[in-house]
Amino acid sequence: MVQFTLPKNSTVRTGKTWPKPDGKNVRKFQIYRWNPDDGKNPQVDTYFVDMDKCGPMVLDALIKIKNEIDPTLTFRRSCREGICGSCAMNIDGINTLACIYGLDEVKGDVKIYPLPHMPVIKDLIPDLTHFYAQHASIMPWLETKTNRPAKEWRQSIDDRKKLDGLYECVMCASCSTSCPSYWWNGDKYLGPAALLHAYRWIIDSRDEATGERLDNLEDPFKLYRCHTIMNCAKTCPKGLNPAKAIAEIKKMMVSRVV
Amino acid sequence: MRYLTDRKRAVGKGASGTGTEHHWAMQISSVGLAFLVPSWLYIFGSALGQGREVVVATFAHPFPAILTALLLIVGMRHFASGATMMIEDYAHGTARKLAIIGVTSLSWVVAATGLFALARMAL
Repeated sequence: MVQFTLPKNSTVRTGKTWPKPDGKNVRKFQIYRWNPDDGKNPQVDTYFVDMDKCGPMVLDALIKIKNEIDPTLTFRRSCREGICGSCAMNIDGINTLACIYGLDEVKGDVKIYPLPHMPVIKDLIPDLTHFYAQHASIMPWLETKTNRPAKEWRQSIDDRKKLDGLYECVMCASCSTSCPSYWWNGDKYLGPAALLHAYRWIIDSRDEATGERLDNLEDPFKLYRCHTIMNCAKTCPKGLNPAKAIAEIKKMMVSRVV
Repeated sequence: MRYLTDRKRAVGKGASGTGTEHHWAMQISSVGLAFLVPSWLYIFGSALGQGREVVVATFAHPFPAILTALLLIVGMRHFASGATMMIEDYAHGTARKLAIIGVTSLSWVVAATGLFALARMAL
């Protein structure tokens, strides 16, 4: 059955409170910490950051904490401009990218947790192995059977426009980890991110494996676990709508049989 | 611990090749119930509290009787499919299988009982 409570060794406890610096514009950060090597339960540590000496984004504050307060704080980051998808985490109850989420958008204390319902590797780093494998399973590449053209595969401007709102996905996993269906059945359900990518290749005018792609999704769990809850669309830091892409796949599925 | 590759875990046993039929059936039955339920409630509400003879006479007419039969069949099939989906969401393993068997059986029993009662009134 679905678990509604955390196991004893996953119960989050109150952690260390770090010294408060002097300054008028100091903000409190409560950050989830878990180290697989110390055998302890997860804990929430409290940090204080002088905002007059900190950049405007949540990632700026995290980097400042790591550089100046606690070098053991662990998180992923790379591009710091919403392109790589590395710094996805749960900030103030919302799955988003720390690099493009402004501290002014958070009211009160800044509470930061790893993406929900994923195994944690350390602190704010979730294990995305299964998530990436599911993405690979939808064959995120151009499949063609016709002999390769002398130059490029051509595509009309109108057909190219159909990929807008789909190709921008950076695979940050914010959507999939906000989806209750993915929480309960993530082993089988592909989740919004993988399905958005699946639709991106299904409607690509150059792709010749539309039937096979739809066949691979014809399953009560892989596709039809989506109940249009719409958390994915609400949380997507890139403003995409995976729920709509999934609905379009369902319409294509129905059009094959009716 | 099993040494499976990540890809093998993700693909699992592959696609079952079903799902669209169920999805389409739920859509059709939803639309059907959107008409059946209000119509039936209107007829049932009109007969409510008017004594056994009036109720029996109401459901002895062809339209209310056929409407009630349709509501029982379509409604219970819709209930069974919807409940199965919820069970699949929240239960796993043997509990899932037993719950689906229970819900499917319940839906057929309710439909059969309702049809029997309807037949006694209408015929």
